Amino acid sequence: MSETRASSRATENAAARRALEEACGRVEDATEADLVDGVQPDLVARPTSTAEVSEVMRAAAAHGLVVVPRGRGTKITWGAPPARADVVVDTSGLDQVLEHAAGDLVAGAQAGTRLAALQEVVAGAGQRLAIDETVPGASIGGTIAAATSGPGRVATGTVRDLLIGVTVVRADGVVAKAGGRVVKNVAGYDLGKLVIGSFGTLAVVTEAMFRLHPEPDARSYVSVPVADPAEAHRRTQDVVHSQVVAGAVELDWSAGAGTLTLMLQGVARGVEGRTSTALRVLGDSATASTRAPEGWGRYPWDLGATGDDRRVDMKLAFALSGLSDVLTAVDAAGVPVRLRGSAGAGVVYASMPGDTDVAQAGAVVERLRATCAKHGGSLVVLDAPAAVKRGLDVWGPVPALDLMRRVKDQFDPDHRLAPGRFVGGI
Amino acid sequence: MSGTHGTNTTAGPGVGPTPPEATESTGQAVARPDAIEAVLGRVRAIVPAEGVISEHSRLRTYECDGLAHYKVTPALVVIPEDARQLAGVVRACAEAGVPFVARGSGTGLSGGALPRADGVLIVTARMRSVLDIRAEDQRAVVEPGVINLDVSRAVAPHGYYYAPDPSSQQVCSIGGNLAENSGGAHCLKYGFTTNHVTGAEWVSPDGDVVQLGGLAPDTPGYDLLGAVVGSEGTLGVATKVTVRLTRLPEEVRTLLAGFASTDEAGAATSAIIAEGVVPAAIEMMDALAIEAAEAAVQPNYPAGAGAVLVIELDGAADEVEHEFAAVERLCRDNGAFEIRVASDPTERALIWKGRKSAFAAVGRISPDYIVQDGVIPRTALPEVLREIAHLSESSGVRVANVFHAGDGNLHPLVLFDESVPGSGEAAEKVSGAILDLCIKHGGSITGEHGVGIDKAAYMPRMFNDEDLDTMQLVRCAFDPQNISNPGKVFPTPRLCGEVPGKRKGVHPLQEAGVAEVF
Repeated sequence: MSETRASSRATENAAARRALEEACGRVEDATEADLVDGVQPDLVARPTSTAEVSEVMRAAAAHGLVVVPRGRGTKITWGAPPARADVVVDTSGLDQVLEHAAGDLVAGAQAGTRLAALQEVVAGAGQRLAIDETVPGASIGGTIAAATSGPGRVATGTVRDLLIGVTVVRADGVVAKAGGRVVKNVAGYDLGKLVIGSFGTLAVVTEAMFRLHPEPDARSYVSVPVADPAEAHRRTQDVVHSQVVAGAVELDWSAGAGTLTLMLQGVARGVEGRTSTALRVLGDSATASTRAPEGWGRYPWDLGATGDDRRVDMKLAFALSGLSDVLTAVDAAGVPVRLRGSAGAGVVYASMPGDTDVAQAGAVVERLRATCAKHGGSLVVLDAPAAVKRGLDVWGPVPALDLMRRVKDQFDPDHRLAPGRFVGGI
Repeated sequence: MSGTHGTNTTAGPGVGPTPPEATESTGQAVARPDAIEAVLGRVRAIVPAEGVISEHSRLRTYECDGLAHYKVTPALVVIPEDARQLAGVVRACAEAGVPFVARGSGTGLSGGALPRADGVLIVTARMRSVLDIRAEDQRAVVEPGVINLDVSRAVAPHGYYYAPDPSSQQVCSIGGNLAENSGGAHCLKYGFTTNHVTGAEWVSPDGDVVQLGGLAPDTPGYDLLGAVVGSEGTLGVATKVTVRLTRLPEEVRTLLAGFASTDEAGAATSAIIAEGVVPAAIEMMDALAIEAAEAAVQPNYPAGAGAVLVIELDGAADEVEHEFAAVERLCRDNGAFEIRVASDPTERALIWKGRKSAFAAVGRISPDYIVQDGVIPRTALPEVLREIAHLSESSGVRVANVFHAGDGNLHPLVLFDESVPGSGEAAEKVSGAILDLCIKHGGSITGEHGVGIDKAAYMPRMFNDEDLDTMQLVRCAFDPQNISNPGKVFPTPRLCGEVPGKRKGVHPLQEAGVAEVF
C-alpha cells in the first residue's frame, strides 16, 4: 500500500470515528475482548437508546462500516465468523425494562437488558417470561438473535411463540416496529419472526415485547434411566402421548445410555396427581424429585471455554420419530459425544471433543446431519475451534436460500450487518 | 371503511359508501385483456378444463369472500388440482405480469380474497387431501384446501386435534387460516395458526416452489415460514401445510356465568387471569348480544343478565378440577348471580351454541350490521366498553358486544338499517371510532380477521411510514412485481426498485472472497 493511500485510509478512519462519536457518546477502540469469533473489530459503539442506535447505524452506513451487533456477548462466537467487523454495536447500554403490565401478562424491555433482569421484574407479580436462560447473563436481544431455547419449549414454545412486538433499527438507520403490546394481533407482517434467529444479519433489535405466563405453584421432576436408543425412543413416545402434560421432556445421553426426565408444573395438587401418573407411565425404575437434575437446561459443553478449548457444539433438530435413529448415529460417531436436550420437542444439543481431527469432525457432522435430514430436521454447528469451523459447513444446506438472500438484500443491500455469519454466507 | 358487513337479506354493493381506493386497488382501472388471454392460453395447457372458468356469469360466483360488501369480478378463475398445476398458474401470471389472488373457502372477513378485475383468482377447493398423518411426530401434512375441522376429525382416532378453531372452522380452509394467521376462541391458551404450523410447501410469486420449515422445529436460516403466516396472500401461495397436532385433553369443563353488567364480568375475567389460571377460553357477550342469541338459537342464558361469560378449562383432570373450582369462586366473588356448569357434551354444546352463532344471530335484531374486530389490552376492557356505550348513546347506533375477553379481542357488532337513509354511514362512523379506541388504548386494528382490503386504510393509524416501508421490504423480496394479492394489507405499495430476479452465478460476498459457500 502506498503512503498516500495509507494516509487517506487513516483520514477516512478518523472521519468515520468522528461520525460515530457524534452519533453516540460512547465510542472506544476495540480490544481483544471485543473479538467476534476471532475477527478483530476496530471500534465499539455503546448506544443507550433506539435513537442512538439509529444514529450509529446512519454513521456506519455513511462510512461504509461493517457492523456486528452484540448484546452481552455470551454467544458472540456462535455461527460462522463474520467476514469483517469494523464496529461492534454493543447494546448493553440499552438495559431498561420498559413495561410490565401484569394484568395483561405482557412485558417489554430494551434489547440489552439481561433476560434474568426482566425475569426478576415480572417474578414480583408471580409471572415469568417462559424462555429458559440457557446461557447465564444473556441479553434479550441476543436471545432473540440466536433463538436459544431450553427444556420449557415443550409446553410454552420458544421466543417465536412469545415475542409479540419488536423495534428494530435497519442497516440504513431507519427505525421500524412491528407487532405491538397485545398478544392477539394480525395487523401487518410479523417482522419479529424474521429477526428471531437471524444472528444480527438483518437489523439491530432495540426493544422487544413479550407475552408472559403465570409462574406455576409447583414443579416436580420424574426421571427414568434409559439403556439404549430404542428405550429412550419408546419412553419419550409414551410420555408425549400420555396425559401427564409435561412441561419439559429432557434427555441426558452419553456413551450409549442416558436419563429421561419429565418436568411437571402447575397447581400443587395437579402436579402431585400427574407425578403419580408419570411414575406409572415410566415404570418401576422411575423416580420423582422436587429438584431439577444436575445440568438441567444447560448445554452439554463448558460455556466458559474459548478459542481452541471449545468443544464442537451442535444443535440437532428432528421429527420425534427420528429420536432412536439420531441416538444410534450419535453412538456410532466414533468419538465420544455428549447429548442433552428436549427429546419431547425434537431439539437436542450435542458436543464432541474440540481436538477431534478436523476431517473426522466434519465427517461426524455430515453423518449426523444426514440422519437429522432424513427425519425432517437439521444440524447446525453452533460453536467450535476455529480450525474445525473452517473445515466444515457450519450451517449446512438450507432450503429457500435464494428467498433468504432476497430478504437480506432488501434489508441490508450493502451487506454491512455481520456479513458471512449466517446461512449460505449471508 | 371497516368491519364486515352482514345482513339477513343479501348484502349488496349499495351497503355503505364505496371505498375511494376501490378502483385502484382492485384492478378495475388497469385490466389488460391481452395479458389475461396469454395467461389463459398457458393455464389451459396445465389445468383440466373443468378447473378453468372464464365465462362472466360463472366468474361472478367468486366476486366476494366473507366480506360481501366488496365485490369485484375476477378476469379468470383457476381451480388447480395439485401443487404442480398451482405453481404453473402462478408462473404464467408472473411471466405475463398479471396479478393473482389465492382463495381457500372464501370465508375471510376482511376482503383478503377479494379478486382483481385485472387478475386471476386461484381457488384451492380441489386440493383437499390430508396427505400424511404422523401421530408419532405430532404432525399432519395437508393440502391448503382442507377444511380446518377435517384435520381434527382425521387425527382424532390418534388422540389428537388441530388447536386453532376459528368460528368458521366447519368451512374455512387451512390455506386460508395460514394466510390470515387465524385464531379462534381457544387461542388464549393455545395460540394462533403461526404457533401450529411448522412447515409449508410454498409457491413464491415468481412461480418457484420452495420448502419453508418442515416436520422438525427450528429450521436454520431466516424464519420465512413465520413471515408468510398471516401475510394475507401477499407473499405467495401454500400448496402443502405441515401442522402441529395437539393431544386431546383428558378433561374439558365449561361453565356459563351470568352477571348484572359487563363491568362485573370484566372484573371476573381479570381476577381469573390474576389468579394464574389460563383457561382455554373466556368469552363474553353483553345484553344486546344475549338478546340476539336468544332470538336466534334459544341458548336459554340466565334471565336478566347484562353480560355472560363462557369459560372453558381443559387439560389434565386433576388440574382442571382444582382450577375450575377457583374460577367458580372468582365468578361469584365478582358478582355472578347464576353459574351453570355443563355436565355433558350436549350441555357444553348448548352453552357454546349461543356464543358461536352470535354474529349471525344479530341478524334477528337488526336488518344489517358490521362485524368489527379490534384488540385492546385486557385490563382496558371496562373502560373501552364504557366508551363504546357512550359512542352508541351519542350516535344512536346500537352496538352488540361479543368477544374473546381473555385476550382482549373485541368483536363489536354495529347495527344499522340500510333502508334508513344515513344509517349505514352512521354505523361506519361508530365502527371506525371503535378502532380508534383500540389504537388509543395500545391495541390493534385486527386480532384475527386480518387487514385485507377493508382495513388497509387504517394501517397508518397503527404504524408509521417507516414501519410500513420496512414491512414492505419483505414484500419486495418475495414479490418485486407486486402481483401477489396486490392492494391488500398496505395502503400504498412500495416501489421495490430494481427487480432482482434470480441470482445467477456466485453471491457477491463469495465473489469478494469474504464468505465461503459449501
